Amino acid sequence: MWYLGLKIRTFRAGGVKPKEHKEITADKEIVNFHIPQKVIIPLLQHTGKPAKPVVKKGDIVSEAQLIGEKDGKISANVHSSIPGRVVDIGNYPVLNNLKTPCIVIKLEGEFKIGAPPKDDWERLDRKEILKRIEDAGIVGMGGAAFPTDVKYSPPPDKKVDTLIINGVECEPYLTTDYRLMLEKTDEILEGIKIAKKILNVEKVFIGIELNKKKAIKKFKESIPVKENIFVVPLKVKYPQGAEKQLIKAILDREVPSGGLPFDVGVIVSNVATIYAIREAVLYKKPLIERVITVTGKIVKNPGNYKIRIGTPISDIIQEVGVTENIGKIIIGGPMMGISVSTADIPVTKGTSGILFLSEKEAKKVNYSNFKACIHCAKCVFVCPMGLNPSMLSILGEMEKWDDMTKFNILDCIECGSCSFVCPAQRPIVQFIKTGKVFLKFRKER
Amino acid sequence: MYRISVSPHIHSKDNIATIMWTVVIALIPALLASIYFFGPRAFWLEMASVITAVVTEAISQKLLGRKITIYDGSAVITGLLVAFNMPPNVPFYVPIVATFFAIGIVKQLFGGLGYNIFNPALAGRVFVMFAWLPAMTTWNQPLDPKWLANFSLFKFNIDTVTTATPLAIVKAKGTSELISQFGTKINLYKDLFIGKCGGCIGETSALAILIGALFLFARRIISWHIPLSYIGTVFILTFISGQDPIFHLLAGGLFLGAFFMATDYVTTPVTKKGMIIFGIGCGLITVLLRLKGGPPEGVSFSILFMNALSPLIDRLVKQKVFGVKK
Repeated sequence: MWYLGLKIRTFRAGGVKPKEHKEITADKEIVNFHIPQKVIIPLLQHTGKPAKPVVKKGDIVSEAQLIGEKDGKISANVHSSIPGRVVDIGNYPVLNNLKTPCIVIKLEGEFKIGAPPKDDWERLDRKEILKRIEDAGIVGMGGAAFPTDVKYSPPPDKKVDTLIINGVECEPYLTTDYRLMLEKTDEILEGIKIAKKILNVEKVFIGIELNKKKAIKKFKESIPVKENIFVVPLKVKYPQGAEKQLIKAILDREVPSGGLPFDVGVIVSNVATIYAIREAVLYKKPLIERVITVTGKIVKNPGNYKIRIGTPISDIIQEVGVTENIGKIIIGGPMMGISVSTADIPVTKGTSGILFLSEKEAKKVNYSNFKACIHCAKCVFVCPMGLNPSMLSILGEMEKWDDMTKFNILDCIECGSCSFVCPAQRPIVQFIKTGKVFLKFRKER
Repeated sequence: MYRISVSPHIHSKDNIATIMWTVVIALIPALLASIYFFGPRAFWLEMASVITAVVTEAISQKLLGRKITIYDGSAVITGLLVAFNMPPNVPFYVPIVATFFAIGIVKQLFGGLGYNIFNPALAGRVFVMFAWLPAMTTWNQPLDPKWLANFSLFKFNIDTVTTATPLAIVKAKGTSELISQFGTKINLYKDLFIGKCGGCIGETSALAILIGALFLFARRIISWHIPLSYIGTVFILTFISGQDPIFHLLAGGLFLGAFFMATDYVTTPVTKKGMIIFGIGCGLITVLLRLKGGPPEGVSFSILFMNALSPLIDRLVKQKVFGVKK
């Protein structure tokens, strides 16, 4: 199968096709969100150690000023997303953690006027480029929020020959990457060239699913010849955007169990990350805002908004409006996103979408009275990692954590395909997550 | 406070009830065929079984303090399948006892849907087979289709002469005798395919079972792994043994067993490899019993035997895990 003369690829084992719902926001251009009166900026928005605060309560900070300094190798800088006064430094609820150190800033003072000067990045050397990425606190914006400078400095014994740009956006509802690819094609291509220079890779592949044909077309037309950058159309199948599945789909390389993409010579970066890298390198602009899909059938003005990091969800609800009571707020997509109990939490560098479900929609998925496994094997058939989720969920239910390792629990990527299809509505992902925590805890003891 | 739960926050449309009722729908062609060939009595046998199944399920769940789940359709399937495995002239108490045993003992006492080791319908059938062997092995000729002209549902007996099943005829008197009874070989195949022969009421029509099975494939309720490996094994082994493989496919309960009972979720393996092993095992035992065993048919026993091995197969047979070298 081909599209525009390009071979359509996909990963082989498993996968599901949830209803997309991308039409709600797919045609909405990216617009700037209003400046919030107050931001809550977590010092931990990334994988690794929290940043150390470098401001005190009462300090006046300017926009983009460093407020949290990276601590240790795997960590990331944090900047103020608005000019203002630090009103509190303390623990606030953030996503899946009720107590995360945050810096709260109240809007005060003025924004700097005019665009910052643009640098000619081609005269910068690799080290200088990486330094700018590190200074700007860039992290992977697709989900795991791993510090990009660390990711782009693989151990010297790992030979990386390929960069994959992740424009798959396989989660239903989300359209941020799509809009970015459509509206900022040239900027992303420039970002790719920067990333290519850092990593010194031979080839770059941009993976885009076929439900984003316009983006595939745009890239195909815009990629300059002789650049060794290729756009790859992918069959629509969840979880194609998962690193391991994407590498398998595009290169037919299999990241070994427990390994990372660089073990098979690959680095994967999300399109939004690439866009942020360009801004960091060209303008020294830190990561203080990002495009977020605010969506759901009950949202009055759904769209793709450029929102300042630290903006509370409650601000967003007020601005976009809802037509009925909110049943569930999901940060991210519906397959892997995290539901939150309060709208007081802020958006972070890793927030790609905010999905509002009505009471009725929220009630449809109820794991509290799950039934016994009927061994229908649907989960086994859809597992993209080749696992036996049925067995893992049964062992998890019996709290046989050690037995779960025999069934490769640690290889689970928690994509949720198993729970999605389970006719007994078993919280399979929950059992696996719990199992992982127990096993980790036991190992540490 | 908003609702919170673990991801994913959306779910596919299928749940246990939709799946089970889809299987019930897939059994309707075979149900109609059973009435067509064996008259209203077949219908009443089926009704007796289904009602017993649902009532037994409700009472056992009530007694065991479980949630009553008679609306999920799984008891209806068991009821239908027990009835399908009955000879047309069997006394009504036989399917009733079989269904009671299937649901009350084999399903609910073992823990209810999901926990039972053996296929309830087959276990029920085998139980009454030992209890009332003559009644369970007396077969009648199918009705003349003309009976439909004076259609009445309220006719509880079947008045055709007794006969033997094709498999029994072959076992006792050889293939030539069977062919002479049906005229030609082509006629034999044709009658077996549409279901015009002696046998259990729901198993004789390969055509009706196939229609239901195709529906289940299309709805992705069952996969090809078990039916194909089961039927394929029977085909190959009977061919090697010098038997007529097409006859062995169409005769007896192979299709009903392979498409509707060996594919029972609860009592079969969950990995593709495990399913294929299960199917091959069923095929092997079926052929052994048909060719070397005492009774002419072996589908029920083969599936029950493999049911017992399923948990072991699931423990031992692993599929290829992503990123793990074999």
